[in-house]
Amino acid sequence: MIGRLIEGVPRRALILLGLLLVAALLAPLVASDYLLTVLILIFYFAYVGQAWNIMMGFAGQLSLGHALYVGLGAYSAAALFVHFGIGPWIGLLVAVPVAALAGAFIGYLAFRFRVGGVYFAILTIAVAEFARVGFDHLNWTGASAGLFLPVKQYAHNNLWLLRGHPVMFYYLLLVATVLAFIGCRMLLQSRIGYFWLAIREDEEAARSVGIDTFRYKMVAVVISASMTAFAGVVFAFYYNNLFPEQVFNIAQSIEIILGPIVGGIGTLFGPILGAFVLTGLAETLTAALAAIGVDIPGAKQVFYGLCLLLVILALPDGVWPWVSRRLGLGGDGK
Amino acid sequence: MSALLKVDGVSRRFRGLVAVDQVSFAVPEGAIFAVIGPNGAGKTTLFNIIAGVFAPDGGTVAFAGERIDSLPPDRICRRGIGRTFQLVRPFPALSVEDNVVVGALMKRSNVGAARAHAHEVLRRLDLYDKRDLPAASLTLPDRKRLEMARALATDPKLLLLDEVMAGLRPTETDHIVAVLKEINREHGLTILLIEHVMRAVMALADRVLVLHHGAKIAEGIPTEVVRDPAVIDSYLGVEAVE
Repeated sequence: MIGRLIEGVPRRALILLGLLLVAALLAPLVASDYLLTVLILIFYFAYVGQAWNIMMGFAGQLSLGHALYVGLGAYSAAALFVHFGIGPWIGLLVAVPVAALAGAFIGYLAFRFRVGGVYFAILTIAVAEFARVGFDHLNWTGASAGLFLPVKQYAHNNLWLLRGHPVMFYYLLLVATVLAFIGCRMLLQSRIGYFWLAIREDEEAARSVGIDTFRYKMVAVVISASMTAFAGVVFAFYYNNLFPEQVFNIAQSIEIILGPIVGGIGTLFGPILGAFVLTGLAETLTAALAAIGVDIPGAKQVFYGLCLLLVILALPDGVWPWVSRRLGLGGDGK
Repeated sequence: MSALLKVDGVSRRFRGLVAVDQVSFAVPEGAIFAVIGPNGAGKTTLFNIIAGVFAPDGGTVAFAGERIDSLPPDRICRRGIGRTFQLVRPFPALSVEDNVVVGALMKRSNVGAARAHAHEVLRRLDLYDKRDLPAASLTLPDRKRLEMARALATDPKLLLLDEVMAGLRPTETDHIVAVLKEINREHGLTILLIEHVMRAVMALADRVLVLHHGAKIAEGIPTEVVRDPAVIDSYLGVEAVE
C-alpha cells in the first residue's frame, strides 16, 4: 500500500516531505507558547482546507459555507460533553454523522434540482447562516450566550477527553493534517478521484462516459463535511467556548477557503502551504503591529485581501504549483 | 442481422419548432450507419435523444431490445452507447491519458487495468505519444480523436460520432475512416455517425439516412441515396454527385 502511495513521487519530494515532517514533529520543543498557538492555527486551517479542497478542488463544487460543518461538529461534541459527560472521541460518532447529513441535505437539494455554480455557493452560505441564527436561539446549547466547556487545571494531558496542554492539540492536528494528505492522495489515485476530476472539468462530458454525477458529487460533499466536523470537535475542545456568531460566521467559511486558494486549488499540498503562508504571515503581522504598539482593527482582513489579490494577479493557479516547479518536483504538485 | 438500435417515430419540439419529426430507422448490429442532412436538419437533436440528453416528445428508442428513451446519459453510456460531441469537450486540464482513463474506468474498477486499456486505445488512435500533454493543448483534429478515444475506452457496443471529420484535412479524414473501419471489422463495433464530409460517408457507411427539416426524406445504401432527387435538391446539390 505504501508502495502505491509513493509511486511516481520524485525522490526529492519524498526527502523534502520527510524533512518537513521531522521539523513539524520537533517544532514544539523549540517553539514559544505564542508560536505554538500560531502553529495550531496553521494546521487547523491546513486540515480544513484539505477537506474543502475535496469538494472544490477535486469535484468542482464551490462551498462558501464550510463553517456549517465546523459548527455542527463543534456543537455536537461540546454539547454531549457538557450535558452528558461524553468524551470527544465518542462525540465524533454523533458530530460526524450530523455534519455529513447536513452536507447530504445541501447536496441533495442542489444536485437533484441542478443548482450549480454560483447558486450552489449561495445555497451553502444560506444553510450556514440558517444554522447560525438557529443556534442563536437554541437554549440547549446556550443560545447566543455561548456554550462553555468546563476548564480545570489538568495535571497531565488527557488525550481521551482532549483536556490538556496546547502541545497535545498541536500533535493532534498535525496527525490529522498528515492523514488527510495521505487520504486525499489515495482518493485522487482511485476511481472516484478520476470521476471527480472529470465532473470538475466538464459535467456533461462526464455523464457521457457513464459517470453518475449526482452520486459522486454527493460522496464529495459527505466526505468533505465529515472531515470538517472532526476539525470542529477539536476546535471546541481547544477553545472551550463556542458562540454561534463566531463559529457559524461567514468570515469563518471564507477564512477556510483562503488557504487552498492561495496555495493552489485542486493540488494536494496547496492547502497546507496556503495555511502556512496566510496564517503564518497574518499572525506575524498582528504580532509585529502589537509589538510596535499599533492597533489597527481589521488589519488581518486587509492583509488577506492583499494576499488574495497578489496571488490572483501573479499566480492564478496558486503558490504551490509555482513552488513545486521551482523545486523541480513536477508541476502537478503531488 | 438484428437491430441493435431501433428508433421508432421519434419527435422533439423546441418551443413549437419541430426539430425532429417522427423519425424511424433501425441500425443493425455491426453496421456503420450515417445520418446526413443540411445544417439545422435535426441531426444533433436526434443524437442527443439517443444519448439521453433530451427525452423525445413522442416515439421510442430501443437499444439491444430494451427501451432507453427515458434514461439519463450516464445510464445510457453504461448500457453500451458511447458518444462524441460536435463541439469537442475533452476534460481540458487532464492529460490526454487521464481523459481516456476516465472512460476506461467505466467498465473497470481498477485504475491500473484502466490505464493499460487506455494505452491500448491511445495507440490505436495514434495519440500514445501525446499521452502526457494536457488535453487543452491539443490541436482540433487531435481533440476530436481524443474524444473518440475516450468514448471507445468505455467499451461501447454502439458508438455515436457527431461530425468527427469536420475541419479535418482529407488525409486525416482517410486516416480516421481507416481506423473506424478497422475497429468495426475487428470488434464488431456498431457505429452511428452524423457527417457532412461526404468523402467519409461514402467510404464508411453501409447505410445512410437523410434528414431535412427534422424529417426523414431518404434512407438506403450510400450510392443510391446520393442519386435520390430529393436528397440532391435539399442537401447535396448537383455537383456533389459527380
